Amino acid sequence: MSTTTARDLASPAPTKASKARPRRGLRANATLNFWLFTGPFLIGLVIFVFVPIGWSLWLSFFDARFTVTPSNFIGFDNYKTVLTDPNFTGSLVTFTVFAAFIVPLTWGLSLSLALLVHRLTYLRAFFRSVFFLPTACSYVAASLIWKMSIFNGVRFGLANTVLGWFGVDQVAWLANPTPPWYWLVIVTLRLWLQAGFYMILFLAALQNIPSELYEAAAIDGAKPGWQTFRYITLPQLRATSTAVILLLLVAAYQAFDEFFNLMGRATWGQPPLVILYKTAIGVNQDYGQGSAGAVVLTLLICVVTLFQGKIMGFGRGEESK
Amino acid sequence: MTTTTPPVDSPRRVKRGSGIGNAGLYIAVGIAALLFLLPFYLIVRNSLMQDPEITGENWKWFPSHIQWSNITEPFHDVTVDFGRSLVNSAIVAVLTTVGTLLVCSLAGYGLARIPYRHANKVFYAVLATLMVPTAVTFVPSFVLVSSLGWVDSYRGLIIPGLFSGFTCFLFRQYFLGFPKELEEAARVDGLSYWGAYWRIVVPNSLNFFAAMATITFISGWNSFLWPLVIGQDPSAWTVQVALSSYMTNQTVNYHLIFMATAISILPLVFVFLFLQRWLVQGVAQTGIKG
Repeated sequence: MSTTTARDLASPAPTKASKARPRRGLRANATLNFWLFTGPFLIGLVIFVFVPIGWSLWLSFFDARFTVTPSNFIGFDNYKTVLTDPNFTGSLVTFTVFAAFIVPLTWGLSLSLALLVHRLTYLRAFFRSVFFLPTACSYVAASLIWKMSIFNGVRFGLANTVLGWFGVDQVAWLANPTPPWYWLVIVTLRLWLQAGFYMILFLAALQNIPSELYEAAAIDGAKPGWQTFRYITLPQLRATSTAVILLLLVAAYQAFDEFFNLMGRATWGQPPLVILYKTAIGVNQDYGQGSAGAVVLTLLICVVTLFQGKIMGFGRGEESK
Repeated sequence: MTTTTPPVDSPRRVKRGSGIGNAGLYIAVGIAALLFLLPFYLIVRNSLMQDPEITGENWKWFPSHIQWSNITEPFHDVTVDFGRSLVNSAIVAVLTTVGTLLVCSLAGYGLARIPYRHANKVFYAVLATLMVPTAVTFVPSFVLVSSLGWVDSYRGLIIPGLFSGFTCFLFRQYFLGFPKELEEAARVDGLSYWGAYWRIVVPNSLNFFAAMATITFISGWNSFLWPLVIGQDPSAWTVQVALSSYMTNQTVNYHLIFMATAISILPLVFVFLFLQRWLVQGVAQTGIKG
């Protein structure tokens, strides 16, 4: 009955306890299978996630320019350099500004689209697809369209053409930090790309709201529209909203593709990952400083995530679904 | 009153079903839809136009002459091997999808279903990696992969991405909700965990697998940072890196760039049209559990 391994494991106590034997065999069998199933994933996770994180921590205390096996221990110097580097601290400001715009705007737009699509009688699947379709587009492709066709700084860009119809002068969208029009380009791009994705989450949540709630509210005299939205829909969407905002924040922290492609040569509007990329993979190849930056960033993300979870009730979101 | 309308309809809509309200709703949705489709239209417009018309003084919504010959142009471009980058992307996206599903679904099943004393500890170790976004670990990962000598190789592009804590987590959540009775019946009939998994669980979970496959494929095809880091040599570029390189080229060849963009998006639009049901389902599940 039992497999060879189970027998091996059970062999130290073969004679006594005839009842315990099959149980122990079963448990050994389960343990073996557990590692059989999870082993490949866990080995990969250790090699490609835990080892890099550990290595990064280690490197961050060394002078590791152009080398990954440094010998010159320099303590917290890399951290001091990173935290006093105006490029890195500036990138944290860039992220904060970016998050301050993109998180509420995406939340609002995706929720609005979901509410609109949810109320449609005809063509609902069609419109849902239309709003969802940009998810298929990559940030690189979208950056190309935004930079070269819509917000091109010269006359043939769509935005400048439209402004021209109203007699407004051409705007150099990306070429100037003041006024910071580049934010409009970056924020609209990401809004277009990700709103449809989060709309789907809200749509799923809207469909799960029991219709009795609305009926009860109607009986209690709540006017359809703002009142029902404020007192029924919004509270019922709380768990989803929490998840969406969390996902949006983490996604904003990881912003790289569109900034790299839109603002590649600019010295302003650089988010943390672009700075880290330039520090570690660029001409300097300073793995020590890059690692210190990665550690600082990881800690920040953890703090923000936990903080947000505390405020908005992360656990509650998990329970209710 | 019991609901006679389909479950997805909210009573609000039924009440406000006046003609004017509905017309306003459709106008609002219609305008939003046009705005969302506009960038796609611009890609198509630019890719089939000639450069002088794109950069011309007067904005034209439609090309005066559709230049079909533009379609092959990215493949003849001497500065970027666009065809090669498409092949690289296809290989990377497909193998990443297959590998991720295999590795992560097995681990998710093990964590969800196989009783083991320390399973919770293992699960927490997986959860902990969710707190560290993969994009932040790209510096140390690059250091690791380059010391393995995997730069500019499919190995380097594919293997480090297979071990997604998030995908494993989603599979675990899914398997927790999978009806236990089916497997138990199979186990009583003498199937091992392995046998029950492949012959009972997987065939009954194809919807979820399809959803996860779609999501993984899309993110594999669209990923940029990691291929940019690993693809130091142009022969290892994926299509996203190739597209990005167009932006830094000295000469800007508009119709070529946009044709290349259009070609790069096309596979995903097909994925969208054919697999949308799973995609929506998968995204919905992702978000609620996330």
